[in-house]
Amino acid sequence: MVVSSLKLHDLIEEIRGAKTQAQEREVIQKECAHIRASFRDGDPVQRHRQLAKLLYVHMLGYPAHFGQMECLKLIASPRFIDKRVGYLGAMLLLDERHDAHLLITNSIKNDLNHGIQPVQGLALCTLSTMGSAEMCRDLATEVEKLLLQPGPYVRKKAILAAVHMVRKVPELSDIFLPPCAKLLHEHHHGILLGTITLIMELCQRSPAALRHFQKVVPKLVQILRTLVTTGYSKEHGISGVSDPFLQVQILRLLRILGRNHEESSETMNDLLAQVATNTNTSRNAGSAVLFETVLTIMDIRSAAGLRVLAVNILGHFLLNSDKNIRYVALTSLLRLVQSDHSAVQRHRSTVVECLRETDASLSRRALELSLALVNSSNVQDMTKELQAFLKSCPPDLRADCASGILLAAERFAPTKRWHIDTILHVLTMAGTYVRDDAVANLTQLIGGAQELHAYSVRRLYHALARDISQQPLVQVATWCIGEYGDFLLENCEETEPLKVEEEEVLALLEKVLQSHMSLPATRGYALTALMKLSTRLQGDTNRIRQVVSIYGSCLDVELQQRAVEYNMLFQKYDHMRAAILEKMPLVEHSSPQADEKAKGSREVAPLSEDQALVPTEPQTSKLSDLLDLLDDTSGDTRQPPPLQPSPEGGVVHLLDLPSTPPPPASIPTLKVFEREGVRLNLSFTRPPGTPALLLITVTTTNSSEDDVTHFICQAAVPKSLQLQLQAPSGSTATARGGLPITQLFRILNPNKAPLRLKLRLTYNHFGQSVQEIFEVNNLPVETWQ
Amino acid sequence: MIQAILVFNNHGKPRLVRFYQRFPEEIQQQIVRETFHLVLKRDDNICNFLEGGSLIGGSDYKLIYRHYATLYFVFCVDSSESELGILDLIQVFVETLDKCFENVCELDLIFHMDKVHYILQEVVMGGMVLETNMNEIVAQMEAQSRLEKSEGGLSAAPARAVSAVKNINLPEIPRNINIGDLNIKVPNLSQFV
Repeated sequence: MVVSSLKLHDLIEEIRGAKTQAQEREVIQKECAHIRASFRDGDPVQRHRQLAKLLYVHMLGYPAHFGQMECLKLIASPRFIDKRVGYLGAMLLLDERHDAHLLITNSIKNDLNHGIQPVQGLALCTLSTMGSAEMCRDLATEVEKLLLQPGPYVRKKAILAAVHMVRKVPELSDIFLPPCAKLLHEHHHGILLGTITLIMELCQRSPAALRHFQKVVPKLVQILRTLVTTGYSKEHGISGVSDPFLQVQILRLLRILGRNHEESSETMNDLLAQVATNTNTSRNAGSAVLFETVLTIMDIRSAAGLRVLAVNILGHFLLNSDKNIRYVALTSLLRLVQSDHSAVQRHRSTVVECLRETDASLSRRALELSLALVNSSNVQDMTKELQAFLKSCPPDLRADCASGILLAAERFAPTKRWHIDTILHVLTMAGTYVRDDAVANLTQLIGGAQELHAYSVRRLYHALARDISQQPLVQVATWCIGEYGDFLLENCEETEPLKVEEEEVLALLEKVLQSHMSLPATRGYALTALMKLSTRLQGDTNRIRQVVSIYGSCLDVELQQRAVEYNMLFQKYDHMRAAILEKMPLVEHSSPQADEKAKGSREVAPLSEDQALVPTEPQTSKLSDLLDLLDDTSGDTRQPPPLQPSPEGGVVHLLDLPSTPPPPASIPTLKVFEREGVRLNLSFTRPPGTPALLLITVTTTNSSEDDVTHFICQAAVPKSLQLQLQAPSGSTATARGGLPITQLFRILNPNKAPLRLKLRLTYNHFGQSVQEIFEVNNLPVETWQ
Repeated sequence: MIQAILVFNNHGKPRLVRFYQRFPEEIQQQIVRETFHLVLKRDDNICNFLEGGSLIGGSDYKLIYRHYATLYFVFCVDSSESELGILDLIQVFVETLDKCFENVCELDLIFHMDKVHYILQEVVMGGMVLETNMNEIVAQMEAQSRLEKSEGGLSAAPARAVSAVKNINLPEIPRNINIGDLNIKVPNLSQFV
């Protein structure tokens, strides 16, 4: 037909002969054109060869979708050689997303029913690789039939095909569950392997299946025992262990069946002990079996002695010279560290040794395990090791290591000073890799440790003087210097006495401000720190004023705004500068109750009402920056204080000063009246600002079958008290728990006289008019004291 | 479950690519390239396990590989497979190839890509381990090639011709490489046998 179509071998030769990528593409394109023409003209004898070439080209990455229909034709052909290539093509080129895949369902069905064994095998293989849910449903009965045929070749394939079908269509598990128990009695290892995989899949999908298969545990134990005790069989043996694959699968299934099941666990105990002690681990195969045994022992309800043995085996493997075994040991220990923490702790030193490995996979595992093993007793040693690791570890592990160290330090730090030192160390070494809230955490920590202010500021100053490139460190350091700059100039016993001049401090801050390595946020920190120093340092503030006025024309809007405001502080509001720039009190870590603590802004409160908020903005904007970092729900800080009493635990309002006294303890509500489903509740509020005022909310609810209409409630109090009734929300309470009626009473009690309350109710209910007069007893003392 | 089986040479050229989960073609090629780069960076004396690349999906997946002279055999598996077991499986697969091709070398894999696929289909099916008994697999392959020849006539001739060409074409397939490739068999296997 076509001029000269190459044989597959020749094509491959030509492709390999091509010197450049372009040449290769040319050869392949020419050949693909031939192949396409040949498909069109349809020479059935050569078709399989063309498809084979196409598949080769596909492997190299060139498009091959035009071969899809050819696969169908080849599968339908009676010749084995055609079917073989056709099915391979179907597996490589077709998939669920193309509609064409459904067309092979019929061919597969025919082959499953009438084909010779190899052909049946091919069909099953294709089904289990690319079978979609519809195909699986259509072909389920055929596969089930094949499960029970005599020949082991087809049966083992049918079983694995069944696994795939159960994955795609879970309802089919009903069909495939019954034959399993019988299949376990076969002797052929391939069938057993497949059956166990099928049982595992079924158990994982349904707890009922799990219970059903717990009956076969004795049979599994027997099979495994036979495998372990019979000698080396040349057929299935691998380096002295008989069929380790089957052993591993059985162990895995035993693990699933024995989990949380006493009876099964007991049946397995002896066997597991036997396997654990007798397996020859000089070769990889034995080690594989032993690992599965250990994992199984730890997962089921095994005897305590057995568990100890298992963990010791793992510890022993950690010292093995083979890196693969060490890797698997570390992985297994990581799985166990949650459940058997103390047992794993015993091997801590070996794990730490593994940190020093050059192998990246091993050191990653060792890092995860080490972080999991840190507890309060070993935290200092572990941190030292981890810090050493941080210095030398590959970059992709740095972030994990740094955040791991910081977390561990937070949970288990023995002293604040050690904690601060640790964080400082991490920031110096791996500052760019830490998480964003590390800065906020550190500032909060330092702020809280009053005795360490001098110490921390000195250390931070030295760190900053050495290196201003690590942004988190720079931010914390500038903040600290700003806050506690006066400590820098004094003598400190804890670190070496070093004379630090004011000019040096200012020079350093200016350097940070001007450096192009500093982020805009860092610059903001530096500027504010400079400003704060204007009150802390004794010397002349001219230098600071200069810097601040220069930055008044900075291009960065945030900086410019700050600089302008600070400038104003120097000029118009100089008398308030000291008060505004006082030391910040400790801000609560992401707690909403921070309003009471904003001591600095308290003096500013009178300003807020009559003037623009300009002078307070620098303080509040910086505070709100930090509060944002701390994840606070900082509401609009520029809002004037609300007129109503703020609810307890509400949003932070920094200027919310008039109502800052702590919120009152709530007074319990009182049920005062109940008749035929009509109920009256009183709830009390004492607003904090006005101690003489009591607010009573009267709520009338109706749970009866009929509405309450024309409801009027009147009240009377002793003469020394003043009562004011506000309009009720309505006069009808609808039936069956409908909308209640609420009414507010205001009682002024300036003399704190004992409260007495008389209520008069009139309403219509069930067609009758009701009138009730009663005095409220049991009024809580808090209402009038 | 085994996600994918990749065989490529020291320069990254794919020799066998089999995915057991559906990926579009470009992604498949990308995965092969990425895996090659990851595996190339590894020294020879470190462990055979790699955390998988980002493309092949999820932190659950590992790459387990073995290096035989000029070829890398890489199995991408999820956490339900035993890592050491897969190492043994790779060994079984290579030994089976050896038995079927008689002293297998890279060229055998290149020129008989389809046959390698058929052998692989006997070992791993649908991402699960099917059979590990080498004798059975070899017997099955021999039965299939007999079937092929008997159907033959015209189509069998090329197969014979190919094997003849292979044996003649000495400059292309210098025995030296084979001798060199004998090293695949002798030193490496002895570590694990």
